[in-house]
Amino acid sequence: MTLVDHLPALLIIAPLAGAAITFVTERSVDRIVAVLTSIIITLFSGMLLYRVASGGAFRYEIGGWGAPIGIDLVADGPAALFLLLTAVVGTAVTIYATAYFPKDCGTSYGHGLFWTLWLFMWTSLNALFLTGDVFNVYVCLELIGISAVALVTLKGDADALRAGARYLFASMLAAMTYLLGVALLYSSTGQLDMEMLRATLTPDSGAATGLALMVAALVLKTALVPAHFWLPTAHASAPTPVSAALSALVVKASYFAILRLMLSVMPPGFIPGAGTLLGILGSMAIIWGSLQAMRQTRIKQWVAYSTVAQIGYLFIVFPLADSGADVLAAALGGVLLHALSHGLAKTALFLGAGSLMDRFGHNEIARMTGAARTLPVLTATVALAGVTMMGLPPSGGFGSKWQLVSASIGAGQWWWALVLGLGGLLAAAYMFRVLAVLLSDTPTEVRPTHAPVRLEWLPLALAVAALFFVFAAPFVDSLAGISTIMLHAGVTP
Amino acid sequence: MSTYLIYSLGGAVIFAIGLYALLARRHLVHKVIGANLMGSGTFLVLIGLGNRAPGGTPDPVPQAMVLTGIVVTVALTALGLAITKRYFSATGLDDLDTDPREGDHP
Repeated sequence: MTLVDHLPALLIIAPLAGAAITFVTERSVDRIVAVLTSIIITLFSGMLLYRVASGGAFRYEIGGWGAPIGIDLVADGPAALFLLLTAVVGTAVTIYATAYFPKDCGTSYGHGLFWTLWLFMWTSLNALFLTGDVFNVYVCLELIGISAVALVTLKGDADALRAGARYLFASMLAAMTYLLGVALLYSSTGQLDMEMLRATLTPDSGAATGLALMVAALVLKTALVPAHFWLPTAHASAPTPVSAALSALVVKASYFAILRLMLSVMPPGFIPGAGTLLGILGSMAIIWGSLQAMRQTRIKQWVAYSTVAQIGYLFIVFPLADSGADVLAAALGGVLLHALSHGLAKTALFLGAGSLMDRFGHNEIARMTGAARTLPVLTATVALAGVTMMGLPPSGGFGSKWQLVSASIGAGQWWWALVLGLGGLLAAAYMFRVLAVLLSDTPTEVRPTHAPVRLEWLPLALAVAALFFVFAAPFVDSLAGISTIMLHAGVTP
Repeated sequence: MSTYLIYSLGGAVIFAIGLYALLARRHLVHKVIGANLMGSGTFLVLIGLGNRAPGGTPDPVPQAMVLTGIVVTVALTALGLAITKRYFSATGLDDLDTDPREGDHP
């Protein structure tokens, strides 16, 4: 066994060690530890991606026990992609946070806990992407939930506490429902490992009810319309680096678990109509989220509703999953590309919006006129991230929509293509509404700042990365093929 | 089988009571207790599972799940109560339905 074989475990141990260290070190050392940790995680994630791309998917037995006694980790293409996305976004968020949180915050102890909580959340995100066990998914979701709620309430004011409490109750509801689902599933199958479940799952009402409860709980965690009520306030009242991590990564984690349950664990048609229902909810999310984004007057709420809309696209893969290997491959590649490019662009948008708020000293979109002259870098960030949201070429958003449209037509379900087109138009409408204000001719006053320039350039770099992400599509497609999900369509990875 | 049935039916009833409390009650502490009841209901179902085959070897896996579940629920409860307490001292409110900016609260 070399270091490379232990990468799945190291990807969980590294952020956990960082979290533990920042808990005991001085405030001024915390940020150095956090940045070093994020660099190490990025290195490990890159190595794992290379290992999976060159040597195929593999399982890792924690402690050498092996399922069913131990818990196995699964490193396949989609997991490696999500891990690398988490690493890149996480590093950006960490570096942004070093400038966002003052070095000396002796009076507000809450902000001092940011580093520990954030690395703890990173640990649980990595663990969720790697786990191959349905009960372990529950534990990881809870760990993500606890650290995410604590991060939302960091500011400690009434708004943040209210948003955090709502988020916590939604999390609790989801967690308990998921656990009941696991209990029902275990009672009819006696298995928890995903691969063993796939091998033994036979049509059975108990197992189907259990899995339906688990998927419903995850839908609530992913904030898919109509279960999105908790997301906009939670994502908008958190400190800016936290908002970015929540919108770009945390909702993707529970989505990833749905992907595994629906397409890796369950055989096609195991819960009749579930795929179509998720597709319809996804379409509703695209339309409802965009319409709400158009109505928002505050900038962070606007970005948060855009997340509600963009989550919808991820669910279009489910109704297309049973129409043959080619359609599934295109759709899966499409949603993975969407998850990655949206992750980059949404981080850029949230960090950019947060910097705009800080420079203007308020969060009203209508009073941010003329930012193009006074704050050109931040305006460019919003505009370029907007290209990905709208799905125009050459952004990753364009590539993912293209693949989803071809999959829809390949499956003979052209109506999803209509929704995708409509979603692009609506995204253009809500983006231009804000851009029109930023680009208008009457400059408003901007606060002078001594803040480091990385508060402006870092979001721009991410927006540019998302803008050219379509060129990563062939690579994402090939990694999507190295997946237990493709077994669903009878393809051996 | 009947032991398992009693446990799982009882668990389902307790889960439903907790679900009702979490969704319908306004007081934050009631909501936290509701979530705990949902957890307890699930734990009962899981405990019953360990004794599913009469006369057979008890299955330890559901009990391991219950132990983990209890630990997680304790952490969630602590966080929920801490937020409730902070929210109450910041606004004087014990529910989320009243907007703290409206009116006569300290």
